[in-house]
Amino acid sequence: MGLFRILTEKPWLHSPQTPEGLTFEESQISGSPQKTALLFFMGVVFAVFGLFITAYFIRMELDDWRPMPESTLLWINTLVLFLASVVLQLTYNALNSDRANFVKLGLLAGALLTAAFVAGQYTVWQQMNGQGYLINSNPANAFFYVLTGIHALHLLGGLWVWTRAGIRVWTGTNPEKERLAVELCALYWHFLLLVWLVVFALLSYT
Amino acid sequence: MTTYIPIADRDEELHDHPHSFITKWVFSQDHKVIAIQYGCTSIFVGLIALVLSGLMRLQLGYPDSFAFIDPADYYQFVTMHGMIMVVYLLTALFLGGFGNYLIPLQLGARDMVFPFLNMLSYWFFFISVLILLASFLVSGGPTGAGWTLYPPQAILRGTPGHDMGITLMLASLAVFIVAFTMGGLNYVTTVLQARTHGMTLMRMPLSIWGIFVATILGLFAFPALFVSAVMMVFDKIVGTSFFMPAILSLGEAVDHKGGSPILFQHLFWFFGHPEVYIVALPAFGLVSDVISTHARKNIFGYRMMVWAIVAIGALSFIVWAHHMYVSGMNPYFGFFFAFTTLVIAVPTAIKVYNWVLTLWQGNIRLTVPMLFAMGFIFTFVHGGLTGIFLGNVTIDLPLSDTYFVIAHFHMVMGVSPVLVLFASLYHWFPKMSGKMFNQTMAKVHFWGTFLGTYAIYLPMHYLGFLGVPRRYYSYGTTDFIPDSAQTLNANITNAAIFVGIIQMLFIINMVWSVFKGKKADPNPWEATTLEWQTPENPPGHGNWGSKLPVVYRWAYEYSVPGVKADFVPQTIPPEEVEMEEGAGPYIYRGEEEHA
Repeated sequence: MGLFRILTEKPWLHSPQTPEGLTFEESQISGSPQKTALLFFMGVVFAVFGLFITAYFIRMELDDWRPMPESTLLWINTLVLFLASVVLQLTYNALNSDRANFVKLGLLAGALLTAAFVAGQYTVWQQMNGQGYLINSNPANAFFYVLTGIHALHLLGGLWVWTRAGIRVWTGTNPEKERLAVELCALYWHFLLLVWLVVFALLSYT
Repeated sequence: MTTYIPIADRDEELHDHPHSFITKWVFSQDHKVIAIQYGCTSIFVGLIALVLSGLMRLQLGYPDSFAFIDPADYYQFVTMHGMIMVVYLLTALFLGGFGNYLIPLQLGARDMVFPFLNMLSYWFFFISVLILLASFLVSGGPTGAGWTLYPPQAILRGTPGHDMGITLMLASLAVFIVAFTMGGLNYVTTVLQARTHGMTLMRMPLSIWGIFVATILGLFAFPALFVSAVMMVFDKIVGTSFFMPAILSLGEAVDHKGGSPILFQHLFWFFGHPEVYIVALPAFGLVSDVISTHARKNIFGYRMMVWAIVAIGALSFIVWAHHMYVSGMNPYFGFFFAFTTLVIAVPTAIKVYNWVLTLWQGNIRLTVPMLFAMGFIFTFVHGGLTGIFLGNVTIDLPLSDTYFVIAHFHMVMGVSPVLVLFASLYHWFPKMSGKMFNQTMAKVHFWGTFLGTYAIYLPMHYLGFLGVPRRYYSYGTTDFIPDSAQTLNANITNAAIFVGIIQMLFIINMVWSVFKGKKADPNPWEATTLEWQTPENPPGHGNWGSKLPVVYRWAYEYSVPGVKADFVPQTIPPEEVEMEEGAGPYIYRGEEEHA
């Protein structure tokens, strides 16, 4: 039912939605709470990064802005995170086609790739620090550290979702919930990959 | 009846019932207990903020009489009063308190969809309060930067609490935002996914609509405060220059250069304005239900009320810069923001008309909640009208730094939401505690609060017109401020102290009634909504006993012609509605027209 139809319903009339007119299945609310909550959470994360990026553009206009040098390692990290996202998607696909042996492997590989990404980001930090690009020496540097840091924290937070999915998969008692957990896990990783691509593009081209 | 298993009754949704004191009252996952925890904590810090405002008023009314209030203290009182009232009292009590209590009960759910997350939300809120209160104890005291925390002054030497105070303030806000996000995700998801059989979105009571839309606003507006708090912490601790310009502080150049204080203002108000509606929308919703119930009349223009809530929520994101007219901006920006600000008055006015039209020819019962609700209509209209003054750039510029603004925002988002809070607390107290409060004491509390707050804020408008500036510790002798202004200030202080003290009646009444009050009827106000139809009073764990309620109609079926009682609860099937003799069978309003 469209939003417009919902909002124009006249609840004081004898409407077709009275319970006796509907079977239980028809009156069920579709979708899972977990997925709804995750979608809203991704909206919140989107707002956080959107505001940081807006602040970035405003601050960039001021004349003390000196862009950071590019780092090759960031490209490699991007590839690693992309692989993590792909692997988790494949895991979800495998779960749907009953290739159970790949599922555990895929989940583990996803986590390892994510850990590699975070370690890679940390290495970039070390390199930049070593070359004298300190967080407080220029606003461009400050934004670089804050944006990459906040992004990495969100990925690490994702490990909580991942752990839940892992518990579901390893105990394997409820296939429906298992599928949902892995699906949400993959969804969150795709989202953070997308956020990273935007942040990376921003850092590289400005 | 159909033989279905209600959503909440299936598989793991059957909650474990808590047994020990710790799991029942401390680390509880029951939304009702969490609501009460949120409520008590926020009222406790609210009382601290009330005392702070009393101290401020003592200084303003009787300058140079209180040696223990120096200018630094005064600014700390101002800051902490504002921040606590807006964030830790109003936001926490409306959404953490009433949101938690009413969402599952009014929608016919057994609990929030993520009870554990809900518990975490409260404990994060609790930690944020502890961090906030800790700032009173550190050296240098809490921050005195004003509740807007504008840089550069917020972190420069010379501002009270520039050392630990501001850091703790920002940390506390960050933790609060985490708490709010956990709670908020729960509220939104519960509204969307856990409504009982027959509860369509447009059958939800307006309380839920207000809380629902306010929660969405909060989820997307608090990130702006979070982002600005993070960047300010970096400026303060690491020495970055997000917001901090090159500046001389006490004769020395600071380490920062090039930052933009205006950037902070934009981020802050991008949160700050929706925040006004995060507080106001739940108040709009709750007061609608209180008015309809006690006027024994269906709410006038239900759909319009819902649309207005949604429209106000959407508009609230594009008006923020009206707080920044005096910061200077492109005149076209000023024009845009003045326009959107005035546009938001339209849905707001629709709501006010609808409340008044609900009262029109209603069978008004002047109960305590109704008194507070009607008081709210007065204060909200007053505060709203002065908002139309201030929304215009040219009028705002001379008035912005005067007491006119203090009067405006206290009327519209201080007194008004607080009156709704009292209306709601008195309205739902019999459900929350199972006891009835003392009516006489509550009526004295109402009249004292209502008339007392007018005695405080009405004269402030005149002070504002005189040009008496706000934020001043004392005025000394100033040409344009006549002596009579000081007399007025002293009387405002007297009224403020009176109003502060009379709030003790509320506290005493609530505490006394919980233990010694008369047992309340399960539905003392004869209301239609689900929470009044629970099998136990107060509702037990799981709310509904063995079977979830089924909803047959909207929440406003009052005084239906031909029906014996003057209200029809949402849960009564049409065939069980008792009719007066000679009246035909029960039909829904407008069914003829529909057919």
